[in-house]
Formats: sequence, C-alpha cells, structure tokens
Amino acid sequence: MKTKTRDLLTKNIVTIVFVILCILGIIASQQPLPFIFKELLTRVGRNTFLVLALIIPVIAGMGLNFGITIGAMAAQIVMIFAISYGATGFGGFMLCMVLSTPIAALFGYLTGVVLNKTIGQEMITSMILGFFANGLYQLLFLFLVGTVLPIGNEMYLIPGGVGVVNTIDLKGNLMYALDDLWSLKVPTVLIIAGAICTALLVWMQMKNKATQTKDQKKASYARIGMGLSLLVVGLVLNFTTNMYRFFDVPMITALFIILIAVFNIAIFKTKMGHDFRTVGQDKHIAHVSGVNVEKRRVLSIVISTVLAAWGQIIFLQNLGTLNTYGSHVQISTFAIAALLIGGASVTKATVGQAVLGVILFHTLFIVSPMAGKNLFGNAQVGEYFRTFIAYGVIGLSLGLHAWKTFAAQQRKDKIDLE
Amino acid sequence: MKDKIMHGLKSIGIPRLTIITLLIVIYIAAYVLKLDVAQLFSDNLVRMGMNGVLVLAMVPGILAGTGLNFGLPLGVICGIIGGLISIELNLTGLFGFVVAIVASIPLSILTGYYYGKLLNRVKGSEMMVGTYVGFSVVSLMCIAWLVMPFKSDAIRWPIGEGLRTTIALTDYYDKVLNDFMKFRVAGIDVPTGLLLFFFFMCFIVFLFLKSKTGLAMIATGSNNKFAKASGINVDKSRMIATVVSTILGAIGILVYAQSYGFFQLYTAPLMMGFAAVAAILLGGASAHNAKIFHVIFGVFIFQGLLLAALPVANVIFPQGNLSEIMRVVVQYGIILYALTKAGGGQ
Repeated sequence: MKTKTRDLLTKNIVTIVFVILCILGIIASQQPLPFIFKELLTRVGRNTFLVLALIIPVIAGMGLNFGITIGAMAAQIVMIFAISYGATGFGGFMLCMVLSTPIAALFGYLTGVVLNKTIGQEMITSMILGFFANGLYQLLFLFLVGTVLPIGNEMYLIPGGVGVVNTIDLKGNLMYALDDLWSLKVPTVLIIAGAICTALLVWMQMKNKATQTKDQKKASYARIGMGLSLLVVGLVLNFTTNMYRFFDVPMITALFIILIAVFNIAIFKTKMGHDFRTVGQDKHIAHVSGVNVEKRRVLSIVISTVLAAWGQIIFLQNLGTLNTYGSHVQISTFAIAALLIGGASVTKATVGQAVLGVILFHTLFIVSPMAGKNLFGNAQVGEYFRTFIAYGVIGLSLGLHAWKTFAAQQRKDKIDLE
Repeated sequence: MKDKIMHGLKSIGIPRLTIITLLIVIYIAAYVLKLDVAQLFSDNLVRMGMNGVLVLAMVPGILAGTGLNFGLPLGVICGIIGGLISIELNLTGLFGFVVAIVASIPLSILTGYYYGKLLNRVKGSEMMVGTYVGFSVVSLMCIAWLVMPFKSDAIRWPIGEGLRTTIALTDYYDKVLNDFMKFRVAGIDVPTGLLLFFFFMCFIVFLFLKSKTGLAMIATGSNNKFAKASGINVDKSRMIATVVSTILGAIGILVYAQSYGFFQLYTAPLMMGFAAVAAILLGGASAHNAKIFHVIFGVFIFQGLLLAALPVANVIFPQGNLSEIMRVVVQYGIILYALTKAGGGQ
C-alpha cells in the first residue's frame, strides 16, 4: 500500500505540484471564486482544442509538436483573407475551418518531411521550423499582400497600401461565431452532464456485472458516484442563490472539443492508430512488421497541424482580436506547457491529461498577477512568474525525459558489454 | 579541375553560397544606389567585433559533441550581472570593462558547471534541453531583475521597482574597445581595439584547442567511444567545454554591450543564442565541426548581411520591413539546414 502511494506520487509529481501551486495562488490572489471560475470557463473553451492537437504526434513518437504554430499560421492566413472579403457569423467560421484544412494539411506534410530527415531531434527542428515559417508568414503579410496579392478590403492594409495591419478586430464578423450559437447556464449543463454520465455508467455496470472482479466493481461504483455528485451539484446550484447560475457554457464549442477528444481516443482503436503506437514505441519493429514508418510519421504531423489550425480559429473567435504578427507566436509554448502540467510526457499523453492541464495552467495564469501583487507588491512579478512556469515546465519535462532515455540506454550498453 | 570546383561548391553548401552571393549583390546594390559603402563597411567591421565573441562561444560546445549551444543566454546573463556589478562600483573606462569581465567569470564558471552537469545527463537531447533551460532562466531572471538589490541610479528606475530595461553605458565604458586606437583609412573607420580584442579571444580559444585539454575535448566530440577507450574522461571534457562556452558568452555580451552602448535586461537575452548559432553555421560550421575561421567568416557575412540589407532594402522597397524578414528567414533557415544535414538517420 505504502509503495503504491509513493509510486502514484512520483508518477504524478508535476501535476500534484501544480495543484498545490494553484490552490496557493488562488488563496494569495484573494480573488472571488466565481470570478476565477468564469475566467477559467472562457479559457478552457478557448484553449483545450489546441492542446488536444498535440496528442497524436506524441503517441507516434515525434515528441511535442512545436510545429502547431505553423497550423495556427494557416488558420490566420485563411481568416485574414476571409474577413477582408466579408466572412461573418457561423457561415464565415465554417468557411475558415474548411479552407484552412488543405493549407494546414500541406504545411503539415512539409513539416513531416523535414522531421523525417531529423529523426531524434524532432522537437528542436519543429521549433526552429516554426520560427522559420514565421519569417515566411511575415513576408506574406508585410510585403506580398498589397503588392502581389489582393485583399478584399483596403481597410486592412497599412496606410501606404503594402502589408496587413497589426491588429484585426473580429467584433462584428467572427467574434463568438461559434460560442454564441447555443449556450446554457452552468447548473443546467451540470445536470445534463451528470444525468448522462450516471445513466451511461449504470448501463455499463449492468452489462459487465457478470464478468467483473471485486476491484472493478469498486471502481465502477466510484465512477457512478462521481456522475451522481455532478448531478447533485448541478441541482444545488440551480435552486440556491449563487453567481454560478448566471454563467454561460458555449455548448457548440464544447461539442467541438468533445468530438475531437473522442476522435483522439477512437483513432487508437483503429489500424491507423495502432500503427502510430507501434511507430512510437519502436521504429525498427514497426518497419519489420510492415508499417511504412515515414508515411505514418508524416500523417501524424498532418493531423496535428490541421487540428491546430481549427483550434486556432476557435481560439481567435473567442478572443475577438486577431494580432496578425503575434497571435500564433506563443501558442505552441502555452499548449505544450498545459499538456505537460496535466501529467503528460514526451512519449505519453492522454485526453484527460490535456483537459486537466488546461484547467491547472490557466488557473495559474488567471491568479498569478494578483497573487504577485499581493505577495511582492508588484503585479509584474506574477506575470513573469507565469512565463517562467510555461518555459520551466517544458524544460523540466524535456530534461527528465532525456535523462531517463539516456540512463536506459546506458543500462542497455552495460548489459551488451557484459 | 572541374571536379575540384564542384566538390568545393558542394562542401560550402547551396544555402551558404546563396547567402554569400546575396551579400555581394547587396554591396553592389549599395554602390549602385550611391549609398556610403565605406561607412557600411566600417559598420560591418564594428558589428563583426561586437558579435564575434558570442559566436566564438559556440566552438567548444560543437567540438565537444554537445551540439549547438542554444543555452547561450545563461552566459549572457552572467555577463550582464558582471557588467552591472562594475557599474554599481562606479568604475569607468577600460578598468570598468575589465572589472566587469573579471566579475562575470566566477559566475559563469559556476553556471557553466551546473549547466554542463545537466547536459551530461541528457545526452542526445542537449539542444532542446539547452534551449528551454535558457528560456526558463531568462524568464526567471525577469523576476530577479525586479528584486535585485542594486543601488546605482544608472541601474534602477528613478521611481518604482526594479532595474531599468535598458541601462546606458555612456558614463561608464561605452565604446572603450571600439575607440581604442581607432583610425580611418580610405573612408573606412577601423575599430582597432574591438577587432584586436576579438582576434585575441579567437587566438586564446585556438591555443586552448591545441592544448591537451582541448585535444581531449575534440576527441570526445568526434568519437565518444574512442575517447573513452583512450582514457579520456568524456563527461569532464564536455563539462569543460560548457564552462568555456558560458564564459565566452559572458565576455561576449560585455563586448556587445560596450559597442552597443546599453545593457538590455529582461526578455532581451531570450533569442540571442539563435543569432550566434546562425552566424557560425553560415561561416561553414556544422553541428559536429567548427573552426575559428568559421567564426570570423560567419559573423562577418551574417552581420554584414543584416547591416547592409537594411538601407538597401529601404531604398528599393520603402514599405515593409524587408530586411527584418530576411534576418528571420536566413537565421532560422540556416539552422534548419544544419539540423537536417546533421540528421539522426536511423
């Protein structure tokens, strides 16, 4: 029992540290819980999709795909042109999703080809590739638009007629194009989700009853309990006076996220998903058993890049302003940091870790400026602290992973020698 | 003969050839556009000396097999701290500059030691880990700059908390090297002191590489197992390389700052490693091999390109920041090229 607990602790140490940090941050910030919850709700809706885009390359053994920045660029290229030609509302949003797909797929293909030439150094390559692509992206928007490429509305050009302006306001065209389609209040969502979960779990329990071991039974009842408590919390919030009753949950955005989460889980039940896993575990064995390793690696990056493009569109329609030269720059850092905080590593990542990571990372993001102000008398300390957290957790996680691989390699060498 | 030329061209590589041609074209364009070419060339020399030592810091890492040292910001930060200590003591001129270097060296040895220890544990992923260690330390230092107990008015904000984002060196050691024995020939200002210092540092590194320690280091980089078999302590060699690289990074930023006239704190050191890496790669180095010549040649053409492209591009294409775009594309393009050439290829 004792070793079990210790195992659990060491395995999830990053997540545990961040749970503690979040709690301390919330206390130190002295901000009201409903405020933090509301902010968090927005940020989870905005960012989760992007983080989910990272999972497949991790499983396929390509590490953390810093190249999702390139997917975001594809999205922004399409959005800027679409907006200038008058795309609005849900139709405009879907148009962007559709048009960005082939472009992101092409970018993803090119990324994959480059990464196949740098096996073992995929992460640094994808990062540098992101920086390089950013140069080409700037060339496109600062120089080619207005000279070679036409744009729908002169309003989006820098005075002088060459180059696209710095910030594009999405109010009135794509802002909340997805979020505002259909939303429900928090308690209603909890009641519905709780009811569905409980019903589903009870049904599964009935079905599996005969073949269950004792432990499985326990776990199953615990899950049903959690589903029920979701329902109860929803009911309590609905019939008492509290702030949470007024918060909206964007249902269609949530649906998009759920769909992509299901996709990420379902793909590993297919032949293609198994191939990804085999390639990720051992390229040599995969090759011997007839999997086209290079093709699978490229495909995993193509999927990731396309998902990143969609994620960026969802992100921007919620944010409401498109910073032409800045919106995409930091997304890989933040998405990767969130995934790692959720407990993922360079070789393992799940949907659950992604969601948990987004919640923890963004809680910290919300509270750290105020916490910094209350603790050190300077809000900037908190702001620098959260950037440090993002870089630090990536550095730590990469370091730990490299150390483990190196140690394993050394052990293997020793055995070979003996 | 023809084969020889083809072989030579191949070993230079198409990207490098393109860049060198581009630089020549830009200089010709500058002449045609009646820009002050002599002035441009003087500035090119200054920029070369200014960035040279930072680029030189790449050599030990590459030779010892730790790869391109993207963790250069660690050394840069040590250098800045040394520089600030010298300002705090109110030292000026060459003496202030020397004290800054002396103060930064123990710090960089300590930092390099721990950084080297880390790099020895993550063999195979040094570049990625180094990049993010650099990023983390830079962002952690952002907090440190806010709370550091420096007292000098030149360093602190006059009101409010923390240290200034840029610290002017005008009253301290601004351009001490640049102006040392400076002379003018055929319209070209030669920053003698700066260049002498740069070449002196190159010479020291050259001597170091020829020493027993240096040779052991090179052996480590070129063949790990062979080095081990011949009794070289591989980890120690890599460690020494990292320490030397960090020290050179610290000295490099001090040379840079005295020429630039400012220290830049907070997020400024974040991307400095990439420019240095790009310069040495352009000079002909790879992820596994580097020579002093690559440093000198690389920093000259890379900085020359950045410098000369700006006025030329501004005349030809007044709109848009074409030279900045070119910097990004060239800088990361050459790193990407080197990475694909190094290739894992399993």
